[in-house]
Amino acid sequence: MNTLPASLSQARKSQTAWFIGIAIFVLVWFTTYNQLLPFAQYLVGKLPIQPGSHLASSVEFFFYDTPKVLMLLTLVVFAMGVVRTFFSPEHTRALLAGKREGLGNIAAAHLGIVTPFCSCSAVPLFVGFVSAGVPLGVTFSFLIAAPMINEVALGLLFALVGWKVALTYLVFGLGVAIISGWMIGRLHLESWLEPWVREVRAGTVELEDEHLTWVDRFEAGWEAVKEIVGKVWYWIIAGIAAGAFIHGYVPAELLSRIMGADAWWSVPAAVLIGIPMYSNAAGIIPVVEALLSKGAALGTVLAFMMSVIALSLPEMIILRKVLSVRLISVFVGVVGLGILAVGFLFNALFS
Amino acid sequence: MKDIKVLGPGCKRCQTTQEMVEAAAKDLGLDVTVEKVTDYAEMAKYGIASTPGIVIDGKVVHAGGLPKGEDLKRWLQA
Repeated sequence: MNTLPASLSQARKSQTAWFIGIAIFVLVWFTTYNQLLPFAQYLVGKLPIQPGSHLASSVEFFFYDTPKVLMLLTLVVFAMGVVRTFFSPEHTRALLAGKREGLGNIAAAHLGIVTPFCSCSAVPLFVGFVSAGVPLGVTFSFLIAAPMINEVALGLLFALVGWKVALTYLVFGLGVAIISGWMIGRLHLESWLEPWVREVRAGTVELEDEHLTWVDRFEAGWEAVKEIVGKVWYWIIAGIAAGAFIHGYVPAELLSRIMGADAWWSVPAAVLIGIPMYSNAAGIIPVVEALLSKGAALGTVLAFMMSVIALSLPEMIILRKVLSVRLISVFVGVVGLGILAVGFLFNALFS
Repeated sequence: MKDIKVLGPGCKRCQTTQEMVEAAAKDLGLDVTVEKVTDYAEMAKYGIASTPGIVIDGKVVHAGGLPKGEDLKRWLQA
């Protein structure tokens, strides 16, 4: 009967292996990362392109940003994958059930960032929350924050554009989720749910503790990397290509006239254009980076980004199963207004 | 004879989960029925908030994400 000690020592061994592996990976990561810019410049120098031309500027942006963004993404997704093993939708629901509005909205928005859930789970999650006594407005705060404050977007903004913009995005994303959810709660729109949703009463579920070890958590992080990076890399390449084009060819003067702080109509236009556009959050960041460096106003760019990732047509179609069209319109209206307010506020503050 | 239900709207992961359940039962030589539950109201009644979920003989054993192979076998043998 030596199977238990044997498997325990094996687990410990692989835990040590994981820690050493991660340490080596981080070391190699930082060494490589610091060489990316010289390497991109070297590559461009080898190509038959006139130095200093529009094309050279575009190509350099592309060669530099592609490995940079993919490397950053790997790191961010891994870390987030590990963090998420500490949360689950069922646990979050238990925390939120019966919470008062206000405090509940604040908690829900924050939990929306770290609770793992995929878009095909949106409906079960919504029904599961509402039927277990989580107030409608609090559920909405969660549902708005979850896609709006995307950890991938946050990590990439932090690394590519700077901590100020990343923090701003975090704080105002949370703000929109909290206030929009609170307002929807105040409007008492429970009667606008599809009738069957109101009737369902959730059963109580007692899931066994999954006893996760650190090895399990690291493995979950690695799974997240394989899944997310495998799924979004072409979005990123497309985003970087668009960013590279803007970087090399779009004149700064033109862009600051259309997307600058003086053009008041640019914020609502950015929100409207963003709704039907459906891009992965990771793909939009290189575009954001290029737009900002060309003199577009921060508020306008943030409004565009939030609109693209928080208000997506496919998600609304999924939610139609549980929400009436009127309730979806209120949802889009309230969130859209929140994003609009963020855009105007920023343009006024930072110009 | 174990009665197993896989709860989920029919996304990729739910499909994979169902295949995993069937494969694990076959490995263990167990006689099982696997039923797919795609009705949202039905899912909510089991009390889960994330999919895919697995119910064995009326008891929820898993919710959210793909199950681990070894856990699956443990649940099936319990």
